[in-house]
Amino acid sequence: MATVENLPSTERERPIGFGRLKRKEDARFIRGKGNYLDDIRLPGMLHGALLRSPYAHARVVSIDTSRALAHPGVAAVVTAKDLETLGLAWMPTISYDTQAVLAGDKVRFQGQEVAFVIATDPYVARDALPLIDVEYEPLPAVVNARRALDPDAPLIRDDKTGQTDNLASPTWEAGDEPATDRAFAEADTVVTRDIIYPRCHPAPLETCGMIADFNPETGQLDIYNGNQAPHAHRTVYAQVAGLAEHMIRIKTGDIGGGFGNKVPVYPGYVCAIAGSIVAGAPVKWVEDRSENLMSTGFARDYVMHAEMCSKDGRITGLRVDVIADHGAFDSTAQPTKFPAGFFHICCGSYDLEAAHVKVKAVYTNKAPGGVAYRCSFRITEGVYLVERMVGALALEMKADPIELRMRSFIAPEQFPYETTTGWTYDSGDYAKTMRVAMDIAGYDELRREQTEKRARGELMGIGVSFFTEGVGAGPRKHMDILGLAMNDGADLRVHPSGKAVVSISAQTQGQGHETTFAQIVAEELGIPPEDVQVRHGDTDRSPYGLGTYGSRSTPVSGGAVAVVSRKVRDKARRIAATMLETRPEDLAWEKGRWYVKGDPEKGARIEDIAIRAYSGEAMPEGMEGGLDAQVIYDPPNLTYPYGAYIAVVDVDPETAQVKVRRFIAVDDCGVRINPMIVDGQIHGGLAEGIGIALMEVLSFDEEGNCLNGSFMDYLIPTALECPDFELGETVTPCPHHPLGAKGVGESPNVGSPPAIVNAVIDALHGSHGVTHIDMPCTPARVWAAMQGRPEPPQ
Amino acid sequence: MQTPAPFEYERATSVEGAIEALQRLGSEARVIAGGHSLLPMMKLRLANPEHLIDINDLHELSYIREEDYEVRIGALTRHVELERSDLLTLRFPIFRDAEEVIADPVVRNRGTIGGSLCQADAAEDLSAVCSALKASVVIRGPQGERVVGLDEFYIGPFTTAVGEGELLTEIRVPLRPGAGNAHEKVERRAGDWAVAAASAALWTEGGTIAEAGVALSAVGPTTVQCTRAEELLRGKAPSEELFAQAGEIASEDCSPVADGRGPVDYKRHLAGVLTKRALRRAAARAQHQED
Amino acid sequence: MTIQVSININGETVSRDIEPRQLLVHFIRDTPGLTGTHWGCDTSNCGACVVLMDGKPVKSCTTLAAMCEGHELRTVESLERNGELDPVQQGFHELHALQCGFCTPGMLMTSRALLDENPNPTEQEIRIAISGAICRCTGYKNIVAAVQWAAQHEAGARQEV
Repeated sequence: MATVENLPSTERERPIGFGRLKRKEDARFIRGKGNYLDDIRLPGMLHGALLRSPYAHARVVSIDTSRALAHPGVAAVVTAKDLETLGLAWMPTISYDTQAVLAGDKVRFQGQEVAFVIATDPYVARDALPLIDVEYEPLPAVVNARRALDPDAPLIRDDKTGQTDNLASPTWEAGDEPATDRAFAEADTVVTRDIIYPRCHPAPLETCGMIADFNPETGQLDIYNGNQAPHAHRTVYAQVAGLAEHMIRIKTGDIGGGFGNKVPVYPGYVCAIAGSIVAGAPVKWVEDRSENLMSTGFARDYVMHAEMCSKDGRITGLRVDVIADHGAFDSTAQPTKFPAGFFHICCGSYDLEAAHVKVKAVYTNKAPGGVAYRCSFRITEGVYLVERMVGALALEMKADPIELRMRSFIAPEQFPYETTTGWTYDSGDYAKTMRVAMDIAGYDELRREQTEKRARGELMGIGVSFFTEGVGAGPRKHMDILGLAMNDGADLRVHPSGKAVVSISAQTQGQGHETTFAQIVAEELGIPPEDVQVRHGDTDRSPYGLGTYGSRSTPVSGGAVAVVSRKVRDKARRIAATMLETRPEDLAWEKGRWYVKGDPEKGARIEDIAIRAYSGEAMPEGMEGGLDAQVIYDPPNLTYPYGAYIAVVDVDPETAQVKVRRFIAVDDCGVRINPMIVDGQIHGGLAEGIGIALMEVLSFDEEGNCLNGSFMDYLIPTALECPDFELGETVTPCPHHPLGAKGVGESPNVGSPPAIVNAVIDALHGSHGVTHIDMPCTPARVWAAMQGRPEPPQ
Repeated sequence: MQTPAPFEYERATSVEGAIEALQRLGSEARVIAGGHSLLPMMKLRLANPEHLIDINDLHELSYIREEDYEVRIGALTRHVELERSDLLTLRFPIFRDAEEVIADPVVRNRGTIGGSLCQADAAEDLSAVCSALKASVVIRGPQGERVVGLDEFYIGPFTTAVGEGELLTEIRVPLRPGAGNAHEKVERRAGDWAVAAASAALWTEGGTIAEAGVALSAVGPTTVQCTRAEELLRGKAPSEELFAQAGEIASEDCSPVADGRGPVDYKRHLAGVLTKRALRRAAARAQHQED
Repeated sequence: MTIQVSININGETVSRDIEPRQLLVHFIRDTPGLTGTHWGCDTSNCGACVVLMDGKPVKSCTTLAAMCEGHELRTVESLERNGELDPVQQGFHELHALQCGFCTPGMLMTSRALLDENPNPTEQEIRIAISGAICRCTGYKNIVAAVQWAAQHEAGARQEV
């Protein structure tokens, strides 16, 4: 438990560079002066509301908007017909599919957008919705992904020419099938499991929304939008709406949580833009919570069949076959060449002989999405799969789950390590991290306690997960989204006074960029963080980049800022050489200052160099004035953070309630810029993992009605469900990253659910013979497993 | 966020005034106290009263006191007051058990016992508590007051004996010696509605159970009064076997439906387990009273 | 129907003509300078909207503005006085108890009310007090630590007096 006494003294520590630095952005948030989307009011602003389909699958027979139009305060009601004239009834998705902005022919999921009301205030807009008369002809719905390709399954995407079934994306493979067959043939133990990663939702506390402000006189479109990838969106809007890209400006103020939910382009955004263009006034659209849960980008929904094998006590092979439920439109977000994202990192942290992975995606009558919620592009699914299978294998082999992992780990000397499915892991010392986790947990003591408790009929479980993930997409030769390379830019300008502004492509949604990126400049240039302003969130004033998701801020934008700072430092060196009348190679650097080697009193501080750069005094030959630089950083590879997690749970033997008593997380994310912020990111992801493992799910009945469309039924952990997380660290720098940092934002969400589920199985295996359970481990589902009837979630 | 449909609003300044307003405005009028049952329904447009009568100023309905061998609770008493009442903790700790698991502490600052009972949601905890305690309620209308036992208060799902133009004003819990009572609940997460909950109240005399009350939440169309379990308990000495038997009866006599919180068999199972646990704690508390 | 409503917010009377159905959270947010109170759900679960009514935390999304006439409301904007941050605000900053900041006003007001009533809460008491509010970013650990920091800080200040 943290007390004032055992904290590092924040009065003493004011690092110039890396270290525990309190956040600059806190100042406005603790005063309630954040600038979130719904806080913005523009003169003459109108308000939009979306009418949504009650049916999961139905023909739209007719839409009569006359009663709504007649309602006082209603300025317009937009339907697909109106959008067709603007060419906006359908929009492209990030996965090269199309998605209806407003339903024309059919509705294809419950909650799909059908009409857009624009009114003078949000209460009126809401009042007008039931006045829109829509006649539907309900159709049978496809809800179960496993049944989506049955011959008699209703065809969902009859809008697509040549589409004859509900296949969204053909089978994608990775690994080596014959080698995997051989490994299994030679194995001495094989386990098989059907494992589901249920549909869940990032549910950030702030819902999605946009203000679109089109100026008909100038043709300028200003967009206010909480958006994790503003530049990419700008390019998409230019293409989709036929607008000139240089006349579109997206301003992202403060975002109340993203977690991947604020990556896609949503129909509501296109409606707001169309509405503003047509009405000639700003139009604000903000969704409510049930809209957020029922229509915006969900996460996961993978149905996985897997086998894992071992020989001589070591894990040797893995085979996985996945059906991915993409919903009614394929709008998953991932680099183009990776339609299943990075799922094939399910080869895990082990020195396997072979692995073979197959993923195919289907359409169902549910909301579109799939890649979200701190998933690192499907790595959450991949790690969940492999760590659950290792747990299953350990049970079958009657081996300790940690010992089995230790025997099977990739060894430190094998790095950089090329995995069986094509990844090149950068660096790692897995056993060391695992041991730190065991120490913090008191693993042997826990096993003793478990034995004692079991004898008394108390059900205590210890679950382990060890993950390696890949973040920081990515090298331009492999990774693009919609043809846009996943590089990030950084601009750094040092002013004559020595203060600086660094403009970045990354987009914070709470990760502390205003502090950490200033710390990178501080580390490289010696300018104190409070003298470095971090500029972001305005596409007119920040360099092009693909935004923040996939934990890419530190690996990519952080790399860019390090490189641009070094460019400025090199320029400063040459200026200093001129100032000191020596050669650049005769100078050495200490933070903030170039000095003459062998004569350290003689030097020039950065602020002196800055003044010189702007003065009329002589500059080095061929160098322009000013002290600034610009860079686009192309990461050479992903980075590969990893971690060892241990969960301790108690299960009530009568009620089957699960309580997470302790959670130990030891992360190795390479060099840590601000350990306080790293820890905070981990705490948050662990809480989300508890939610996913125990209570979060988007489930549907056979007609496709969503059963968890509000926070009454989409349950998110409170402070009472989260233990006091126990964190540890190891630091194994990334060899190719300019700072040696790897990124950490998604790791806790990647690693925690399998630890918790493995713990629940561990609690119930000896007493009730449980060998498998699917998430969420609600009391009812755990009880069913204890009765010998584990049921997959619907 | 979702918002309610338009309505007219007035504030009552007295109980008589509230009743008069209800009479005047008819069936499209509702009273609102804490509002944490009614307003969420209005925001979702599941309830659309045309008139709201705000009764939050009727402080004369906010009290917890002992009178005439009863503990009497004003209908406007907030959950937080029930949770913290020393009198209730002394006499009927079952209230604190339930309050600690009703919604969350912030909601408890506003919600009232009158509002909870009148909402008549079968998953609601205080209804089971009051049923187990053999409480009755006072209903006031234009014709005056009448007292209705909890066993006659719930007519059907979301329907109570409070008629049009009437107002629930007080809850009366009889005091008798040897009391021990407890409430047990299972929920999917803190603050959630019950998957199932059980209230048990025992009054012991000389080591045997003179009177028993067992009521269940969330496992029937309304609060389930387990009369058969109560019959089993009367006249017997408390024991683990007895509690388990009572639990089995409770499990058989409830009628849960499957929903997002759980399937029928699990809810029945919980009804049994929680009845047993609540009885165990009630008996221990009664024992302490007797000692 | 519109009614005139006057509500004491942060010591000042705010009067407006509104529809009776206007929720308190919207009344507050429509008042210039008071967008610090947020909303995040439709069903009174998330706690982003928590303000103090007569010193007690309430969910302003589940309260009508009209119901608040005659009561004293405090929002997050009232915590800082004469340029000095409230100890709970300081504690949140010291202990990194916020990331995106969206739940923060509700958490701050809940914490302030807790310490006003219980100056020395245990960890469990803090967790119970904030269990009516959701945070997606912090996992609550640092929020608990921040409240403990504020409690110790205020206890220290009281000793000095």
